[in-house]
Amino acid sequence: MLLNIKNLHIEIEGKEIIKGLNLGINKGEIHAIMGPNGTGKSTLAYAIAGREGYEITKGEIIYKGENILDWEPDKRANEGIFMGFQYPVEIPGVSMTNFMRTALNAKREYRNEEPLTGKEFLAKMEEKKKLVEIHSKLTSRSVNEGFSGGEKKKNEIFQMALLEPTLAVLDETDSGLDIDALKIVANGVNMMKNENNAFLIITHYQRLLNYIVPDFVHVLYDGKIVKSGGKKLAEQLEEHGYEWIKEEFERVS
Amino acid sequence: MSEDEQILDKITQSDYKYGFTTNIETETAPIGLNEDTIKFISAKKEEPEWMLEWRLKAYRHWLTMKEPEWAHVKYPKVDFQDIYYYAAPKKKKQLKSLDEVDPELLDTFNKLGISLEEQKKLAGVAVDAVVDSVSVKTTFQKTLEKHGIIFSSMSEAIKKHPDLVKKYLGTVVPYSDNFYATLNSAVFSDGSFVFVPKGVRCPIELSTYFRINAAKTGQFERTLIIAEEGSYVSYLEGCTAPMRDENQLHAAVVEIVALDDAEVKYSTVQNWYPGDKEGKGGIYNFVTKRGACRGKNSKISWTQVETGSAVTWKYPSVMLMGDNSVGEFYSVAVTNNHQQADTGTKMVHVGKNTRSTIISKGISAGFSNNSYRGLVKVTKRAENARNFSQCDSLLLGDKCGAHTFPYIDTDNKSAIVEHEATTSKISDDQLFYLNQRGIDTEDAIGLIVNGYAKDVIKQLPMEFAVEAQKLLQITLEGSVG
Repeated sequence: MLLNIKNLHIEIEGKEIIKGLNLGINKGEIHAIMGPNGTGKSTLAYAIAGREGYEITKGEIIYKGENILDWEPDKRANEGIFMGFQYPVEIPGVSMTNFMRTALNAKREYRNEEPLTGKEFLAKMEEKKKLVEIHSKLTSRSVNEGFSGGEKKKNEIFQMALLEPTLAVLDETDSGLDIDALKIVANGVNMMKNENNAFLIITHYQRLLNYIVPDFVHVLYDGKIVKSGGKKLAEQLEEHGYEWIKEEFERVS
Repeated sequence: MSEDEQILDKITQSDYKYGFTTNIETETAPIGLNEDTIKFISAKKEEPEWMLEWRLKAYRHWLTMKEPEWAHVKYPKVDFQDIYYYAAPKKKKQLKSLDEVDPELLDTFNKLGISLEEQKKLAGVAVDAVVDSVSVKTTFQKTLEKHGIIFSSMSEAIKKHPDLVKKYLGTVVPYSDNFYATLNSAVFSDGSFVFVPKGVRCPIELSTYFRINAAKTGQFERTLIIAEEGSYVSYLEGCTAPMRDENQLHAAVVEIVALDDAEVKYSTVQNWYPGDKEGKGGIYNFVTKRGACRGKNSKISWTQVETGSAVTWKYPSVMLMGDNSVGEFYSVAVTNNHQQADTGTKMVHVGKNTRSTIISKGISAGFSNNSYRGLVKVTKRAENARNFSQCDSLLLGDKCGAHTFPYIDTDNKSAIVEHEATTSKISDDQLFYLNQRGIDTEDAIGLIVNGYAKDVIKQLPMEFAVEAQKLLQITLEGSVG
């Protein structure tokens, strides 16, 4: 199993957000996590990526057979965990090219590989740009600075394509996208998918799942996964909303 | 009484006589400052009488002056009688190999990407004859001579080109200018002299590194750059390697003169010892730098990267006298731990259609204080003067301070003066974003800071810019936690 989350509890500033979550992901799988707003979807993504302030009070996150709770965020990244952000931050004055070259070479250094030369890097970047149909000028601009909402999300997929993660956690990458951008995002995931990597797609809406076919769909509610199923579950949610899940959950507890 | 003391005794009691330089064994002036100290310095340097007179005039004026207190810096009072004002270049203990050098220093050298030979030179290790730097310097000097460019130490210029020195020295920064500049005028040790004749474009960057006798110019450096009509020169001062010095007080003066259609570009990287983490023992750097755009269409441009010193007090300025002249100031000042910097510029518009640009980027971390202080002055006859100023501050952590003191003074209605200022922080979101892409926190800060300072760094000559980028990162190491 690539990722195995066991009985995970997460607190932010003393408030428990994730309340005993279990999730297992194998290589070659695409999982979708859905759920109403404010149920802890993004919290889960940040906890996997290792952001400070997300306190794990109980449980463990096992990745490639190791408990990664003590790993710094950059180590997790270099071990192949990628997070696509819901709100990618702007970094003025730092060009996309410089940023990605630094990131890619950090990863290579971590693996004791020689850094890419400027030429090698640019060739690789051109190749990946085509994959996500990113506008050529975007890579010469500062990181996310002045990017439209859609450009920011495409830029996340572009970074994912360059860094070739083993586990990609996409946090509402589809929100705020028009249908063309949505297709590009989905297309990026579909083209990258192989038997050696896995995707965890966090989304509020089912529509992204029209283009990316998940192997599993989980519903997160009140800090727990309350229902899991196949692609059908996503369609049910689209049709009936989250109310029936809530009612079911309240009845049980 | 030892022989040295006897001689000292003799010197301090005897009157100055021109040319009194015979075989003085001692290499250090007696501690403290009085007219005899100045006579001693001047004699040591075999200076002509007019030079000594000028020094003495400055000294007498200095006695009437008070140390300025308006800067946003705090430091214990300097006891000016407790300083040696002249010491001949001390021979550093020659080390046999790099193994004998402080490992921390070597670590910094490596991070800066300084070559092994260069490291040896900086750390005072004997260098192989193969890379004899003297031969490099000689070739360099020959190229300059071919173009009629003079690039020498100030002491040498006073002896060899007295007319030029006499004509320009003190014409931009008068001996009576300010407390530290006046002190410098009285006791200056050495510095650079540059003269670029009419119509000559200096083909190489003039770097203090290549100047013969550049070693140990001491704490009171004096530099004079003259660009005649239609000439161009780019001058680099300092180096990115950490500079340690036993002298705590540094008061340098730099004067630049640009005649009609001349252009001077002056770039500095200042990395003096900032003191320990508590701020103890660092250098006080009180510098007066000023350029005069005397001719029409002349241009003077200051670029500085300030990362060192415990206290920095420095306002490179341009007097825009000639019509259509241009002044520029690009600055990155970084302060960490307990460092204090009060730096900025003055742009004084006198000629018609004069333009000035100010880009200042302050970066504060730790417990440091970083102030921008700038004056844009437009005089009555400066028709159509233009200024654009941008002063940005970046804060790392919440214990440091950033301050901006912009002064604008216009006496001409046609002037257009723009001022923009921002204050920002490196956000946790930015750091986490970069961390998440596999970049560790130190490199992440380096990226963010260099992005922030890009507009200034790109003004530096290429090879200097690369080193400056690394330097910014190293200076801020450990500042986020």
